[in-house]
Amino acid sequence: MMKENKIDIKKIIIANIVPIVFLGISAVGVAYSGVNGAIIMSDVISRFARNGFFVLSLLFPVLAGMGLNFGIVVGAMAAQIGILIISIFDITGIAGILVAMAITLPFAILFGWLSALVSNSTKGQEMLSSMFVGYFAHGIYRFVFLFMLGGIIKIDAPEIMIPGTNVGVRNTIDLTGVKYSLDNLLKVDMFTFCFMLAGVAAVCAVYIYIKRKTVSKAAVAALVVCAALGVAGNILPALVMYKRVVKIPVVTYALIGLLCLFINFFFKTKLGQDMRAVGQNMEIAEVSGINVNKTRTIAQVLSVVLAGWGQIIFLQNLGNLSTYSAHQNVGMFASAALLIGGASVKKATVAQALLGTFLFHLLFNVSPMAGKNIFGSAVIGEYFRVFIAYGIIALAIALHAWKQAMGKKNS
Amino acid sequence: MEKVKEKISELGTSRLIVILFLIVLLIIATLQGQNMATVSSDIINRFGMNLFFSLAMVPAIISGTGLNFGITIGILAGILGGLISIEMGLTGLFGVFAACLMAVPFALVVGFFYGKLLNAVKGNEMVVGTYVGYSIVSLMCIGWLILPFKSENMIWSIGGEGLRTTITLDGYYDRALSDLASFEVLGVTITTGILVVCAIACFLMFVFTKTRLGISMKSAGSNPIYAQAVGINVDRMRIIGTMISMVLGAVGIIMYAQAYGFYQLYNAPLTMSTAPVAAVLLGGASTKKIKIGHVILGTFLFQAIITVSVPVAAILAPDGGLSDVVRTIVSNGIILYALAQARGNK
Repeated sequence: MMKENKIDIKKIIIANIVPIVFLGISAVGVAYSGVNGAIIMSDVISRFARNGFFVLSLLFPVLAGMGLNFGIVVGAMAAQIGILIISIFDITGIAGILVAMAITLPFAILFGWLSALVSNSTKGQEMLSSMFVGYFAHGIYRFVFLFMLGGIIKIDAPEIMIPGTNVGVRNTIDLTGVKYSLDNLLKVDMFTFCFMLAGVAAVCAVYIYIKRKTVSKAAVAALVVCAALGVAGNILPALVMYKRVVKIPVVTYALIGLLCLFINFFFKTKLGQDMRAVGQNMEIAEVSGINVNKTRTIAQVLSVVLAGWGQIIFLQNLGNLSTYSAHQNVGMFASAALLIGGASVKKATVAQALLGTFLFHLLFNVSPMAGKNIFGSAVIGEYFRVFIAYGIIALAIALHAWKQAMGKKNS
Repeated sequence: MEKVKEKISELGTSRLIVILFLIVLLIIATLQGQNMATVSSDIINRFGMNLFFSLAMVPAIISGTGLNFGITIGILAGILGGLISIEMGLTGLFGVFAACLMAVPFALVVGFFYGKLLNAVKGNEMVVGTYVGYSIVSLMCIGWLILPFKSENMIWSIGGEGLRTTITLDGYYDRALSDLASFEVLGVTITTGILVVCAIACFLMFVFTKTRLGISMKSAGSNPIYAQAVGINVDRMRIIGTMISMVLGAVGIIMYAQAYGFYQLYNAPLTMSTAPVAAVLLGGASTKKIKIGHVILGTFLFQAIITVSVPVAAILAPDGGLSDVVRTIVSNGIILYALAQARGNK
């Protein structure tokens, strides 16, 4: 009995070695940053809210066997078209967000479809080609935003166009009109949020009991933990700072939660199962009657659309749009986050995406201060986190390629 | 007529489009009354400046590792050699030569390990190379901050930590090779020195591909199973090819810097692999096949487009930036096209 347990723990550690290592690095970072835990947590919570969609959007192409889709930047570009239009017509508040999301949809579908055409004609090199799709699209995007808008398509909105010539969109567009309009719909401190989660867990427990006549241990455990945390936060003086500083944008988190449910549901449907089958082996999937190219196209379109909506969530939190760079690193950082959560180029779960987003942004938050306190230079910390992002991607891709090469050799 | 058609199909659609685009740009530039002598001088200058990077693709492609997106690592080795030469205060042609000499060992070492890595990831060399390149560039950003260089011309005079983002070669070997024996014909400056060096390098590379080693490398690249069967050590050939490629990348950045007048550190090398990759593809190379002619034609066409589009863009869209946009679209478009083609040829 004891022995079995031991083996299990070892297995769990080996299976999750990546997130464990990064948890360690982050812990060192937090300890050396010298920043109050509540302030770090507050920042990580808002970073998590604005990046969750990007990371989750990567799950579709990964499970469809196309690897990391660095091309989700085209989704972000679609979103920026939407954001630009609501800025021109001055639609503010939550209405602005919804309109922007609606405008993003057709553009994202189109862009996703186009990039799927490229992916389908570069099978086996999708990650490389999706990267160049992003770079190529960046060129086209700049051409359109810098020269066509105002030049060929006249736009009467001096506040977003480059002053003087009225040709080209400004470098930075102020989004005060929609800033926080999603986040601020409902904002509560983290312990009230715990009570809300406890409430959700209670509803789930009751629902499961009615449906299956069994008591769900997981739901009850979640209920107890959340409620206990909520109570602790309200009575323990040590947590006063957390209660005061850490605010949760409930609606944004609810959207992320819904997306997680949707993804889990999606992969149980026929289409989702087909997607997995394509991801495991294209030839076998083809033979068993699945339209491989169509399935891959759907995966890519879904990923681009979700990334587009993610970019809107991101921008409403940021409050301004860096017209020519806001989209650039979206694919890279999201991929790094997913991999840090323990995913591979071929396999990823919702839990890994969430854990990875959290760890990556924790590391991103603490590394400048930790760099300053450990090496005497904040810049070192900043370069370090970029190195981690690129390095983890390089490592994951190399490991995947190595396994593939070994497989070929053995067969 | 048949012959013309044959020639055109030999050129390939993508190159045809680009050549037509270049002709259109040239016509616009002439109509605008641009000083064509200056434009031509610029093209020649940039051709010499960038040729080595494109040439570095040759050993990588013939040894079977594909387009060397990891060339940035060789470039970093070159920069390191260059910085040491500045630290030592070396000037003139001797400075250029010494910088190359000091860069080569670094390039050989990184080339060796990079080659080992590429052997472990056969079939995915390009994407692995890209991200390994990115990681090393960002790791070297920390390196530039902490390496113990002391020269006043390289560190910040007041405040700031580590090396400067751009390091000027003024007073060291700014244009030492490019201006060597350069002369003017009809207002066009011919940068003799660098062009002669480029010609020698191309010739040597051509000779190399005809040597025993070169031929073994080619067969290792084009048909590894056959090569292995006739007793060629394929993995070793790939490592040697990668090492030569890295050395050319390292020498390339020194050539580039002496013509440009600066070394650029930190994030500047990050995207430096795109231009030479696009150039050789434009010249007619593929991920599996390349000739010296592709390198020369491609580098010329690519640099010509970039150069001509600058003044044309400056008048069409005075706010600038258009030439950079053109470069982004052309280079990445060509790479995408080539990737799709590579799949089709299989």
